[in-house]
Amino acid sequence: MSTLNPSAGHVLPHDREQGHSHGGDNYLTDGRGLLSWLGTLDHKRIGIMYLTGILGFFIVGGAFAVLVRTTLLWPQKNSAFPGAIQNFPITHDMYNIFFTLHGAIMVFIVIIPGIPAALGNFVLPLMLGAKDVAFPRLNLASWYMWATGVLTALGSILAGGVDTGWTFYTPYSTESNTHVIPVVAGVFLLGFSSILTGLNFIVTIHKLRPPEMGWFKMPLMLWALYSTAVLQVLATPVLAITLCLLIVEKAIGIGIFTPAMGGDPVLFQHFFWFYSHPAVYIMILPALGVMSELLSVFSRRHIFGYSFIAFSSVAIALLSFLVWGHHMFVSGQSNLLGTIFSAITFTVAVPSAIKVFNWLATIYGGSISFKTPMIYALSFIWIFGIGGLTGLFLSTMGTDVHLHDTYFVVAHFHFVMAGTIFVFFGGLHYWWPKITGKMYNEGLGAVGALMSVIGFNITFLPQFVMGARGMPRRYYNYLPEFYPFHLISSIGAWIAGIGFLITVFCLMSSIFRGRKAPANPWGAATLEFRTTSPPPTGNFDVTPVVDDPYDFDVLRYDEATDSYEYVGRPAGAPARAH
Amino acid sequence: MSDIAIPGAHGADHGHGHDPNLAHHFETPAQQFDASKLGMWLFLAQEVLFFSGLFCAYVIYRNNHPDIFRIGQHFLDTYWGAFNTVVLILSSFTMAMGVWCAQKSYQRGLIFCLVLTLLGAFGFMVVKTIEYTDKFTHGKVWGANFNPHHDESHGAGAHATEAAHQEAAGGHAAQPGAAHETAKEEHAPPSGGAPHPLANADMQHESTPPPAAQTAPAGGAQAAADANKPPEPAVSTIKPAAIGPTGLNLAALAPPTPGEHGGHDDVDPYVAAKSMKDMQIFIAIYFCMTGLHGIHVIAGIIMLIWLLSGAIKGRYHSGYYTPIDLGGLYWHLVDLVWIYLFPMFYLIH
Repeated sequence: MSTLNPSAGHVLPHDREQGHSHGGDNYLTDGRGLLSWLGTLDHKRIGIMYLTGILGFFIVGGAFAVLVRTTLLWPQKNSAFPGAIQNFPITHDMYNIFFTLHGAIMVFIVIIPGIPAALGNFVLPLMLGAKDVAFPRLNLASWYMWATGVLTALGSILAGGVDTGWTFYTPYSTESNTHVIPVVAGVFLLGFSSILTGLNFIVTIHKLRPPEMGWFKMPLMLWALYSTAVLQVLATPVLAITLCLLIVEKAIGIGIFTPAMGGDPVLFQHFFWFYSHPAVYIMILPALGVMSELLSVFSRRHIFGYSFIAFSSVAIALLSFLVWGHHMFVSGQSNLLGTIFSAITFTVAVPSAIKVFNWLATIYGGSISFKTPMIYALSFIWIFGIGGLTGLFLSTMGTDVHLHDTYFVVAHFHFVMAGTIFVFFGGLHYWWPKITGKMYNEGLGAVGALMSVIGFNITFLPQFVMGARGMPRRYYNYLPEFYPFHLISSIGAWIAGIGFLITVFCLMSSIFRGRKAPANPWGAATLEFRTTSPPPTGNFDVTPVVDDPYDFDVLRYDEATDSYEYVGRPAGAPARAH
Repeated sequence: MSDIAIPGAHGADHGHGHDPNLAHHFETPAQQFDASKLGMWLFLAQEVLFFSGLFCAYVIYRNNHPDIFRIGQHFLDTYWGAFNTVVLILSSFTMAMGVWCAQKSYQRGLIFCLVLTLLGAFGFMVVKTIEYTDKFTHGKVWGANFNPHHDESHGAGAHATEAAHQEAAGGHAAQPGAAHETAKEEHAPPSGGAPHPLANADMQHESTPPPAAQTAPAGGAQAAADANKPPEPAVSTIKPAAIGPTGLNLAALAPPTPGEHGGHDDVDPYVAAKSMKDMQIFIAIYFCMTGLHGIHVIAGIIMLIWLLSGAIKGRYHSGYYTPIDLGGLYWHLVDLVWIYLFPMFYLIH
C-alpha cells in the first residue's frame, strides 16, 4: 500500500493517512464518520454520495408518479363514473403539482446525474486505470452544488410545490403563484453541477488516460461519457442563462419573456429546448455506453463494430444540438424551419440504429447469461426500440400536429427516459460488487428487474393508444372511453413501483447480508475489474496492463470463487481478430 | 511515464517528488498544467455559451424592434462606454504582462501588474456605477417603471454630456436633417453637408410617424423631403418581424400609436421613447447583459485579490504559475465580452 502513494507531493490529508494504512483497507474503510465523507476528494466516495441522493430522490419521484397514476383512476365530477370514486381527495391543483414534481425530480435530480455523476464518477477513473478525476476538489464542489440545488428544490416542495410542468414554459411560469423561483434556482445549481462534472470528465479522459490506451482502446462507456460531457459543457449554460432570465423576469419584472413588454415567450421555448433536447441525450448517451459493456460481458463476445458505436455516440451528441425545434412544431415557427428540424431529427435515428444493430450483432451467437444486469440490458433493447421508433412518428411534422401534447408523447419519452433508468439499474447491479464489495441476491434482483420492466410496459403501451386517440397530456380529467386505458396504465405503475422497491431492497439488504464480492465476478475485461472489490483509495495496488477492453480470452474462470482471474495473453499468441 | 497508476515512480524519475504544487494523481507538473489549462478553456467555452443566450436574445429583439434599439441607444453614454473599453483593454494588457512576469519569476513585476489590473477592474465598476445611477435616477429602468425623463437639476457626470447632446438635437429641430447631423456627430464623424441616408431614415421614426422613407430606402434628400410630408398614420412605423424564428410577435404587428409626438418635430429620444411601445425591452436587455458582465467583473476582482495575495506570498514562479495563467485567461474573456457589448449597445446606430 505504501508503494501506492508518492512519499509526498499531494495535499490531501486522507491520502497521507492512507499512506500509513495496511493492505486490507479499501476506500470505504479509509476514514470513518460523516465528515470523512463530506470532505472527501475520492471520486469513488463522491460517486456514492451522488448515488445515495439519486436513489433517495428516485423513490420520491417514483412516489409522485404513482400518485399521478392513482389520481387518474378517479377523474373527478364525471357522472359517467361510479359514485364512490368521485370524491378522491386529490384536487386539480395538487395533481398539477404532482406531475410537475415527478418530471422535475426525475429529469434534473435523478436521470441527468444518474449515470454520469453517480456511476460515471465511480467507474471513469477506474476504467482509465487512473487514480482520480483530473480535478477532485471541483468534483466535490459539483456534488455540493448538486446537493444545494436539491435542497432548494426540496424546500419548494415542502413549501407547496410548483405547478408549471418540468419545462417551466412562459408565460405561465411567470404568472404562476407557486414557488417557481426556488425550483428554478435549484435547477440552475443542478445545471452548474452537471457542467462542472462534464468538464472534469473531459479533462480526465484527455489528460489522465494511460499512454498505452489510445482513443480506440477505451471502453465504449468512456466514449459515451465523453460525448455526454461535451453536451453537458456546451448545452447546459444555455439553460442556465434561460433560467437566470426567468428568475429575473419573475423577481423584478424585466419583461424579456412578456409580450406586453416587448418580450417573446416563444424565445423561452427555443432557449429551453436548445438545452433540453441535448439534455435528452445527456440522459440517454451514458446509458448507451453502459449497454455496450453489459451486452459484451454477459454474452462473452467481443463488442461488434467498436468504432461505429464510438462514433455514433459522437454523432448523436453533435446532431442533438440541431433538433430542438421538433419540440415546437406547433409553436408557430415557419414551415421551412420545421422541415429542417424534422429532417435533422430523422437523421438522429441513424446513429441510434447503428448502435442497436451492433448490439444485436454482439450478442448474436454469444454465450448469454441472464444475470440481472443482462435482463435490464435486453429489456432496454426492446424499450429503446419502441421509444426510438415512436420518435419517428413525432418527428414527422404532419403526425406531430395530431400527436402533440397527447399521451403518445408521454409514452414516447418515457420509453426513452425510463430506458435510461433501467440501464442505470443494470449498471448499478453490474458495478454493485465493485462499489460495495458485496454480491446482491441474484434471484431477488431478477424478480425486481422483471417486475419493473413488465410493469413499465403495462403502464405505457396503453398510453400510445390513448394518445393516438386524442387523450391530452397533463389533464386531470378525461372522457369515459379512456377509462380502461387509464386503469391498465395505473395498474402497471403499481407493478413497476413494487418492482423498483424490490430492487432497492435487494441492493440495500446485500450491503448487510451479501456474500463478499470477488474482484471480477462477471468476467469483464475492463480495468476496473482488475482491482479488488471494493478498490483501495488509490484505486490500483498493481498497475493494470492496458489491453483490449472486450477481449475475454485473457481471463480464466475460477470455480472456487465463482469469479474470473486475469491471466493475460500467452506470449506469442495472436491477438484476437475482431 | 508508462504507468500512471503508480505515482511513487515519478519521485525517483524527476527528483522533485516533494513539489507541493503537484497533486497526487498527476504524474508530472506538465501534465497537471495541461489538464488545468484544458479545464479552463472548457470553462471559458461554457462561459461563452452562457453569454450566448443573451447575445441571441439581443439579436432577435433587435431584429423584432429595430426602432426601439436605435432610439434606446441614445440613453447610453458613449463616452463612458468608450472609457470603460479602454480601461478593460489596458487591464487585459497588464494581466498579460503579469503572466509574463510570473513565467519569468519577476515577483515585483507580477505584483505591480496585478495591482494595475485590479485598479482597472475597480475603475470599470466605478464607471458602471455612475452609468447605472444615471439610469435609475432618470427612470431608464426595465419593466413597468420605465419612464425616461430629463432632470436638469441632477447634473452629475454622465448626465451632463447627455443633456448637452439632447439640447443639441432639439435646437435644430426645424431642420430634421441638420438636427440629425448634430445629434449624431458625437458618434460618427460629420460627413460635410450631405445628410447621411441611413441616419435620416433613423430620424423618421424619431420625429414623425409616417414611415415612407423607412419602407423605401431612399437618399438623404428624399428622406428629408419625406420628413416634411403630412403624417400617414395607417402605416406601421415598426418593421413587422412577425414570423421570425421566435414565432409570432403580436406586439410588432400592432399598429403604432401616433399620439403624443405626432404634432411636433422634436427628435428628443425621451419623447420618442414614451410613444414607442415596448421601449423598455432595450433597457431590459442592456441591464441583463451589462449586469451579467458586471457580475463576472466582480468575480474577476475576487479572483485578482486572491492571485495578488498569492503573489505577495511568493507562490508563483517560473516552475508554477498555473493560477496566474488561468486567471489571465478568465480576465481576457471578461474583457472580450465587453468588447462585444460596447459596440452592440453604444455604437451601432
